[in-house]
Amino acid sequence: MSVDPASQDPELLRRLLRAKDRMDASSHEAWPVRRLARVSGVSQAHFARSFKQAFGVPPHRYLLTRRIERATALLRDTDLSITEIAFQAGWGSLGTFGRTVRDVTGESPGAIRARQWATARELGCVPACCVSAANRPHLTIAVSEKRRRVPSGINGSEEK
Amino acid sequence: MSQGVAMVGLYVRDQDEALAFYVEKLGFRVHTDVRNGEYRWLTVQHPEQPSFQLGLFAPGAPVLDAGTAQTVRAIVAKGAMPPLVLNVDDCRAAYEQLRARGVEFTQEPMDRYGTVDAGFRDPSGNGWKMIQARP
Repeated sequence: MSVDPASQDPELLRRLLRAKDRMDASSHEAWPVRRLARVSGVSQAHFARSFKQAFGVPPHRYLLTRRIERATALLRDTDLSITEIAFQAGWGSLGTFGRTVRDVTGESPGAIRARQWATARELGCVPACCVSAANRPHLTIAVSEKRRRVPSGINGSEEK
Repeated sequence: MSQGVAMVGLYVRDQDEALAFYVEKLGFRVHTDVRNGEYRWLTVQHPEQPSFQLGLFAPGAPVLDAGTAQTVRAIVAKGAMPPLVLNVDDCRAAYEQLRARGVEFTQEPMDRYGTVDAGFRDPSGNGWKMIQARP
């Protein structure tokens, strides 16, 4: 975006940050623009535009990165089932979770867990939030969480 | 101790507001508060850490030009400054106390990695992790 971010009013930015913080704290919850705009005290149209200008991504895409970050942390740090992790991280179905994680990270949730568990960890001295943030996907493309329509008979057979 | 880090500065949007926050809400003490014209050198201290000062500086003249100051204010307000960590003996007790004083928490106390941590922001947007010191 060509608009200079410094042109945004710091008071507005501080209120947009509050909405971002709320998504961070409860990324498993639903965050329609209406709800976010209310946190920031601005109109819905103003919120969506201002958030993207301030943080470089639309709010729903930011939320997706946080959900994947959280899911990755749960895969690494807990032995919860992948289904349980999908729901805890905010997805409504295991299928959408697996597909979205693969689209964004290139790995299935099971493969992420296997790799993380195989890697020795020496992160005890780094605050947990920073460990978690370091694993946040750098999402520069739009990701659709909707089911892809794969022509039947080509490679759609494994889709459940 | 005579060698080591003596002061680290934060940018804040308003020094009076920051002073009230760090002193009245977090319980820090004023170490130095001196002015020279528009410039105000303001540092606070944790009561249990006399060898370290936290500087609370407003971006602006004469140190920064207006455009740079505006950029810094935007960066702080977006929460893009690096993380800060406050160690406490009892994270849950400190959380209750600070929340009652109106501190804006971004994360409730959470058990992980053998300790408890919470998150809050100062009025300007600087983000703190509050971590229970490991015994």
